Amino acid sequence: MSKNAQSPRRVIILGALSAVAEACARELAGEGAHLALFARNAERLEEVAADLRLRGAGQVQIFARDLAGEADCEGALREAGAALGGIDAVLVFYGILGDQARALSDWAEARHIIDVNFTSAAHWVLAAARLIEASPSPRAAILVISSVAGDRGRRGNFVYGAAKAGLSVLMQGLAHRFAALPAPRPRAVTIKLGFVDTPMTAAIEKKGPLWAKPEDVAPVILKALDRGPSIVYVPFIWRFIMLAVRLMPGFIFNRINL
Amino acid sequence: MTLTFTRSDQIRSWGRVVHASHLVARPPFRDAIDASLALARENGQAVMPYGAGRSYGDSALNPDGALIDMRGLDRFIAFDAERGIVRVEAGLSLSTLIRFAIPRGLFPATVPGTRHITIGGAIAHDVHGKNHHAAGTFGTHVPRLSLLRSDRGRLAVSAAQEGELHAATIGGMGLTGIIADAEIALAGVPSAYIDCDFVPFGNLAQFFALADESAARFEHTVAWVDCTKTGDALGRGIFQRANWSAEGGYTPHRDQTRFSLPFDAPGFALNSWTLRLFNEAYYAFNRRKAGSRRMHYSAFFFPLDAIGQWNRLYGARGFYQYQCAVPMAVGEPAIRSMLEAIADSGEGSFLAVLKTFGTRPSPGMMSFPRPGVTLALDFRNRGAATLALLARLDEIVAAAGGRLYAAKDGRMPAGLFKAGYPEWPRFAALCDPSLSSSFWRRVMA
Ligand SMILES: Cc1cc2nc3c(=O)[nH]c(=O)nc-3n(C[C@H](O)[C@H](O)[C@H](O)COP(=O)(O)OP(=O)(O)OC[C@H]3O[C@@H](n4cnc5c(N)ncnc54)[C@H](O)[C@@H]3O)c2cc1C
Ligand SMILES: NC(=O)c1ccc[n+]([C@@H]2O[C@H](COP(=O)([O-])OP(=O)(O)OC[C@H]3O[C@@H](n4cnc5c(N)ncnc54)[C@H](OP(=O)(O)O)[C@@H]3O)[C@@H](O)[C@H]2O)c1
Repeated sequence: MSKNAQSPRRVIILGALSAVAEACARELAGEGAHLALFARNAERLEEVAADLRLRGAGQVQIFARDLAGEADCEGALREAGAALGGIDAVLVFYGILGDQARALSDWAEARHIIDVNFTSAAHWVLAAARLIEASPSPRAAILVISSVAGDRGRRGNFVYGAAKAGLSVLMQGLAHRFAALPAPRPRAVTIKLGFVDTPMTAAIEKKGPLWAKPEDVAPVILKALDRGPSIVYVPFIWRFIMLAVRLMPGFIFNRINL
Repeated sequence: MTLTFTRSDQIRSWGRVVHASHLVARPPFRDAIDASLALARENGQAVMPYGAGRSYGDSALNPDGALIDMRGLDRFIAFDAERGIVRVEAGLSLSTLIRFAIPRGLFPATVPGTRHITIGGAIAHDVHGKNHHAAGTFGTHVPRLSLLRSDRGRLAVSAAQEGELHAATIGGMGLTGIIADAEIALAGVPSAYIDCDFVPFGNLAQFFALADESAARFEHTVAWVDCTKTGDALGRGIFQRANWSAEGGYTPHRDQTRFSLPFDAPGFALNSWTLRLFNEAYYAFNRRKAGSRRMHYSAFFFPLDAIGQWNRLYGARGFYQYQCAVPMAVGEPAIRSMLEAIADSGEGSFLAVLKTFGTRPSPGMMSFPRPGVTLALDFRNRGAATLALLARLDEIVAAAGGRLYAAKDGRMPAGLFKAGYPEWPRFAALCDPSLSSSFWRRVMA
């Protein structure tokens, strides 16, 4: 059911098999959106697509590919846009946590973490920016899932954090660029996600009260797609947590094992 | 993709009596269930599927063993609008299924007292509702399912194909394999509303008369009983009988719970005084409001869902449910003896629910409902005193040739289980060798 009288939104989702992406896609399906799903497992994509159709999506197209290995991101997005009859939004969800301990001794692992989370994502974002700037849609937007791990490097995951920090700055710059365009201006939204219980974090034991569920964060992410600031901490409590973490003097921070 | 098992001390069943450690994996797609079964087998570990944890006892628990949390598998697979049959993954919640069905003029053929359960859990305990005498059990409306077994892989299961396994899996307490997905036959309903009569009754004999008189005219019947009363008023209560309303439209319930109990209430919050007060007030309130009302299905079927985590009211030690079914021929004297035993003990039960079961047979060989009458009770866990009362109730049930409901049990002795479910040897032969729960180990001892 559409919340407003506008025509159904056409959305490209990169990394549609991520737990957070699927929760967001269900919200979009509920409003009758038309979706193009990108991820690498074709069978799983079919399962998710069938579900989203029954949950109300106007149409669901699937594109099975390795998102870190795409040579022609713009071509792929154009193909999806043609299937949907236009593009209102591109959402970037995919990512890997990687193995920080291994990344310290094994460059291949470190480079993989950076390639997937930053280099390939930057390629998609820059390609999407060209299409979104050219889109006549009044709701044109790019949204990227970054992480609070990018706000301050810490010993537990700073290679991943550095890649996400790079992605956040890229998006921040894009938002600055979009702000100088004539209205209706496209949006460039960075979601700085806190802890969410998903397959990515399944190995972490003892999840305390800071842990959110994908279905809790999805409505907040989609609200940010439409309005509000261009950098959003989700859940909002992380804005204050990260403010404190960033302001913490080094001699204290260095004693905390994170 | 590798699947991880993570240690968790947080897993509970609804009664919250057992606090145990489990290794838990949560497959995000059906193709990952195999891997989780294989991993557990390699480690020589018994596994158990875990749904929404709405069973009260230990049928979904496997202390110090492994659990497969099914809630990541919550997708719709296909919908046949003509036949009203929907195929879903087993971890989908009943709540989401109903929100899908209602705008299409459909509803599950029968539902239990909470919508916060998974489809897998509904099948594994072959749950029943207030319309058992009209619709039979939930499993009666599951024409087909796919089962993953550690010894035989993925199987398509229906009455016609793998018929024995079909009969064992419906009401099979999760022991015959992991249900990956299932077809559910939905029923057409004229609206999202229920027209309900509230009829006070003064004693047990009047309950049986009302039940008898109402079964043919009303699809839904159930009664609340004040179990603090003795003598002439023994078994007084409020009878509800209802049919779907022709009017009101098809508005589904909202999925959020507005209020949730954030922590355990102190153990003494529910004591014999609050119990008496609650029962008096509930009876008086409903007697004054006796008559006919139109209610939304969520208020009629799922009144307790209005408060999230209400089980915490019973305090940190948790509580026991006790639900029995006894044949109609001995129904009245058996229920009378149980209510007397409860009143004697001073333990009391906040929610005592009485209902007659119909004769429609379930396909499940281990299904709980049987023609007769069923009484459901809950008791705060006060240790030995509570267990002594439940043992006393066991004697009455056994003498009546009755049985207890595994979904509501956390302590039934092996003898009572075997006497109540004479099909158990046939069932045990069909169980998956890698699956086991603490319930199963107890009743097979
Ligand atoms: C407030 C309340 C009211 C209730 N009212 C009723 C009622 O009116 N009638 C009634 O019959 N019951 C009632 N119940 C009990 C409840 O419906 C059952 O216990 C149900 O089985 C719970 O489902 P679940 O998804 O929470 O499963 P769990 O409690 O997690 O597990 C129950 C069983 O299902 C098995 N299981 C779960 N998923 C799978 C799967 N995918 N494959 C194989 N096995 C699986 C588990 O191993 C376990 O044996 C009520 C419970 C509550 C809390
Ligand atoms: N969960 C958290 O606590 C948390 C916190 C902060 C930020 N985030 C970010 O949130 C986003 C979503 O993650 P999630 O938590 O939902 O975890 P998730 O369910 O594990 O999702 C990650 C997804 O990324 C996909 N992916 C990885 N590499 C890929 C590639 N080369 N090509 C295509 N797809 C690829 C994975 O697909 P495969 O299944 O094919 O591997 C997987 O579906 C990620 O960007 C993550 O960094 C998560």
